[in-house]
Amino acid sequence: MSAHAATAHGHATHEHHDLGFLRTYVFSTDHKMIAKQFLFMGLFMFVIGGLLALLVRWQLAWPETPVPGLAGILTETGGVLEPSQYNMAFTMHATIMVFFVIMPILAGAFGNFCIPLMIGARDMAFPTLNMLSFWTTFTAGLVMLAGFFVPGGHAAAGWTSYAPLSSVVQYTGVNWGQNIWCISLFTMGIGSMMGSINYITTVINMRAPGMSLFRMPLVVWSLFITAILLLLALPVLTSGVAMLLFDRWLGTSWFLPSGGGEPLLWQHLFWYFGHPEVYILILPAMGIASEILPVFSRKPIFGYHAMAFSMIAIAFLSWIVYGHHMFVSGMNPALGMAFMVTTMIIAVPSAIKTFNWLGTLWGGRIQFTVPMLNALAFVSMFVIGGLSGIFMASTPVDIYIQDTYFIVAHIHYVVFGGSIFGAFAAIYFWFPKMFGRLTNTALGHLHFWPSFVFFNLTFFPMHIIGVGGQMRRIYNPLQYEFLQHQQHWNVIITIGAIGLGISQIPFIVNFFWSMVAGKPAPLNPWNSTTLEWTAASPPPHLNWGPTLPTVYRGPYEYSVPEESADFSPQTQPPRAVAGARRH
Amino acid sequence: MLNWWLPENVSSFGGDIDWLFHLIYAITAITGILVFVAMGAFLVMYRDRPGRRARYTHGNTTLEIVWTIVPALILVVLTFLSVPAWSKIKMSMPPTDFVVEVNAKQFNWQVSYPGPDGKFGTEDDTLFLDEMHVPVNKPIRVVLKSQDVIHSFFVPSFRIKQDAVPGRAIQAWFDATKPGKYEWPCAELCGFGHSGMKGWVYVHTPADYEKWAAENLKGGGTAPAQEAKPKS
Repeated sequence: MSAHAATAHGHATHEHHDLGFLRTYVFSTDHKMIAKQFLFMGLFMFVIGGLLALLVRWQLAWPETPVPGLAGILTETGGVLEPSQYNMAFTMHATIMVFFVIMPILAGAFGNFCIPLMIGARDMAFPTLNMLSFWTTFTAGLVMLAGFFVPGGHAAAGWTSYAPLSSVVQYTGVNWGQNIWCISLFTMGIGSMMGSINYITTVINMRAPGMSLFRMPLVVWSLFITAILLLLALPVLTSGVAMLLFDRWLGTSWFLPSGGGEPLLWQHLFWYFGHPEVYILILPAMGIASEILPVFSRKPIFGYHAMAFSMIAIAFLSWIVYGHHMFVSGMNPALGMAFMVTTMIIAVPSAIKTFNWLGTLWGGRIQFTVPMLNALAFVSMFVIGGLSGIFMASTPVDIYIQDTYFIVAHIHYVVFGGSIFGAFAAIYFWFPKMFGRLTNTALGHLHFWPSFVFFNLTFFPMHIIGVGGQMRRIYNPLQYEFLQHQQHWNVIITIGAIGLGISQIPFIVNFFWSMVAGKPAPLNPWNSTTLEWTAASPPPHLNWGPTLPTVYRGPYEYSVPEESADFSPQTQPPRAVAGARRH
Repeated sequence: MLNWWLPENVSSFGGDIDWLFHLIYAITAITGILVFVAMGAFLVMYRDRPGRRARYTHGNTTLEIVWTIVPALILVVLTFLSVPAWSKIKMSMPPTDFVVEVNAKQFNWQVSYPGPDGKFGTEDDTLFLDEMHVPVNKPIRVVLKSQDVIHSFFVPSFRIKQDAVPGRAIQAWFDATKPGKYEWPCAELCGFGHSGMKGWVYVHTPADYEKWAAENLKGGGTAPAQEAKPKS
């Protein structure tokens, strides 16, 4: 392998030019180009998912009033969202955000970008499969978008698509939309499987000399564990949506009681996938925070092994907690009790991680760069999201808050406050390596601070209206007398959401402007220790020159007492070794 | 006492839920505040200043053990404290002779009371749409069914939520402690009419209930329902 890689580099620079436009930018097998493709796709979908969220928020704050700018599209109602369109909007908001924003950005883009560069590999183990993985996911995304244009509208049974609502056309009135939803997720599942096999193989087989498992950066650990979860969880969803499609098309009755099926089977399949999925969304962000906190605290990560093992523990436990989504579903209450125990236990590794992040800050020399601010936002928002999860873990409390806005608040603190701030941190942090240019710091602050404030303005009050009893997925809270008194919160939340949307404009400007006109990035702009910073910015095809880097130490050697620089790259031999070499 | 935005509780077991809610609220609020104070202090104390070098440490095993065990203990205690309420609400059924059947459909609650024969699904049943009448301080057993998709029986003031699943008859119960009229929404997405699918539960004093039953139920609601015999 290494012999091949070494000789291959001789051609690397030539190949890059010889490949032509199509093989370099479109059907590229270079992990860094595939990473960018995933990133662009994820960011594009982020805009669509975000606009759908604003539609939902408009309706909840000012029910049944014309949505500005929609009068031209919804001509029949003059811009007012109808209940079925509202259901479609929240269904597709969640579907797009989960499957086509967070997964492509965190697992797709940063998995592809970080794994080979940070373990010292020239590319993924299976570059062609990697390319296929992107184009499969891309196709799935196109198919999903096509669903907006079919008669009857897109899927409207929630991102969880509970059967039999999702399995019988008459129940929602949606025919092709739901079929397309199934087909797209089926395709996405196949794409993600290709990616995960690749990540796992690469991490196991292609680490540079000296890169032992416990010298791997935590973000690589997180992506490795995520890939294992993807490999094992996604096929369950893939089978589930196939069964759903069979019920819809072929007359089977997997989920239909009239034919002897069982609606709860869908929920078991969906959440058996769905809970590991939550960790698929958050683990890479945890890895990213674990990467960025030491760099800008100029300090080794606190409790490296505890960090790695707590992620492994989360990965194991994530398979046996899924029933907490089904406490009031009609599942045997004794099972509910068992799932409560496991759910309480899974909070422990998350707590360990939080305390270790705090330990990393303790005694550091903290630099408030834009990636650091986003990583700190990740940690603090994850704390809130984690703590609110304890309410749901307690089965009696969950009876009341299940299916209310409390859950919506919780999920958004975890996947927006957690995963999305993690994604922003990663984009700002690795942008110089990815595109060879620095991002604009002022625009970065202009993006971060309003985002952070509006994020909390949007999602914190959701706890309050949830405790007040507001159900998820209702079209108009004013239809309920017991919700009238808290409607002002819905208005505040929507104002927050609009602000949150506007706050993303500096990010878009910064992202594209820096890509073409940013200051050229030095090799190692953050004075970081990990391997990717030893490659050129941006790294060429096959990443390094004729020899691969050799790893001598752990990934977080900052402020080592005997050394003058406050960072000691993984490629730098420890003093004893260096001294021995001199003689 | 501050109610922390919870609607009024008028259910016999609602207090158990609210108590746990407030307990978790206190635990998480204290934890959250401690974490944020520590974090804020670290960010200020250890901000980058010229001439200072970061502390070189890879961790501390004692601390690691402490912050594994302490949260674990708190969560174990919380689990044990949650068990009795869960058993009471979902795993047991108080003996009662008052049974109603709720058959949910898109987008209504169909409520039936058994007639003098004490059986559901016979001609002497009395049917109501989106309204249920019950006496106060009496355990009410609800047999939950659905004829199409999944719905969820939710009465915020009773702190009760239970999905109605087609193909199943799921038993739930509540015991309302205060006469009044309580909103009864569906809490599970059930289609385009999900929003606004709601009914009212009327809780009457015993005398008022007798009067209502005599006027509205076939047979005057005198016969106890057969299904109501407690499970042996």
